[in-house]
Amino acid sequence: MDNMTIIAVASIVTAGITTGFGTMAPALGEGRAVATALTSLAQQPDASATITRTLFVGLAMIESTAIYCFVVSMILIFANPFWNHAIAQIAGK
Amino acid sequence: MRLSPDQIIFWQYGFFKLNATIVFTWGLMFVLAVGAKLVTRKLSIGLERARWQNLLEIIVIAIEKQIEEVGLSQPRKYLGFLATLFLFLAMAALCTIIPGYQPPTGSLSTTVALALCVFVAVPLFGIEERGLGNYLKSYAQPTFIMLPFNIISEISRTLALSVRLFGNMMSGAMIIAILLSITPFIFPIVMMALGLLTGMVQAYIFAILATVYIAAATRVRSPGSEPEHNH
Repeated sequence: MDNMTIIAVASIVTAGITTGFGTMAPALGEGRAVATALTSLAQQPDASATITRTLFVGLAMIESTAIYCFVVSMILIFANPFWNHAIAQIAGK
Repeated sequence: MRLSPDQIIFWQYGFFKLNATIVFTWGLMFVLAVGAKLVTRKLSIGLERARWQNLLEIIVIAIEKQIEEVGLSQPRKYLGFLATLFLFLAMAALCTIIPGYQPPTGSLSTTVALALCVFVAVPLFGIEERGLGNYLKSYAQPTFIMLPFNIISEISRTLALSVRLFGNMMSGAMIIAILLSITPFIFPIVMMALGLLTGMVQAYIFAILATVYIAAATRVRSPGSEPEHNH
């Protein structure tokens, strides 16, 4: 395998693993958060405005970790700096 | 495959590029500014009012109420900044139903610029409300050891604010682009509807987080509103 192939394989595999594992924990966390919010909504419907707002803000915070993983894997696939570097080296030869 | 609308270039002269991000940002700004100007040209205070005036009043009052609920007691003061953020982001997300439009918030430069606005505005409002000394002192609370962590949190939340918005908008555009090449007919519409929802939620979250940060920075422990245990 030459350099290009190694970089391509490593990038693709890493991108898949990053998104796969990176979304697992936030999904569990969001599930717990939504379940708790639903329970408290059922118990206290009067406080629904506050609960919903806090839930949204909290979900955004949790979700951003998954988004980071997604951005990293997108960079690995579509804007890979190592890949560009390797191509530049080959072109420079 | 494009990662952001920065890579669509309409016009180029040497160093100056006119890419899709700039064009659509200015287009949105134009639509919002001219629309607001047209609607507020003939305002009525009677019972009879134009339907556009009604729409604007609903929006402004709803945003004002949201700001007040988060904990800023004078929402009028912050309405200009926060409502502009929200309206721009919501409009940018809403316009994705127009064919050929690329949301300018799908570019990291736009979101970083907006997050930097929040980064600058939070201390400004804080200093205005509490005075320079009091505001700077709040960084060293509850103890002096917390100073570096407070500064790090200030920077990291700006980063999180920008990357969150960028990731959400970019992923929406990218999923639609990928689906168009796989199942071109019905399924992308469903994802577009989902993208609209995500875009509105992200606009709301961006605005509400900015509000929360400003509320945290301007919180004055006034003797009137709270009982005696404030020391």
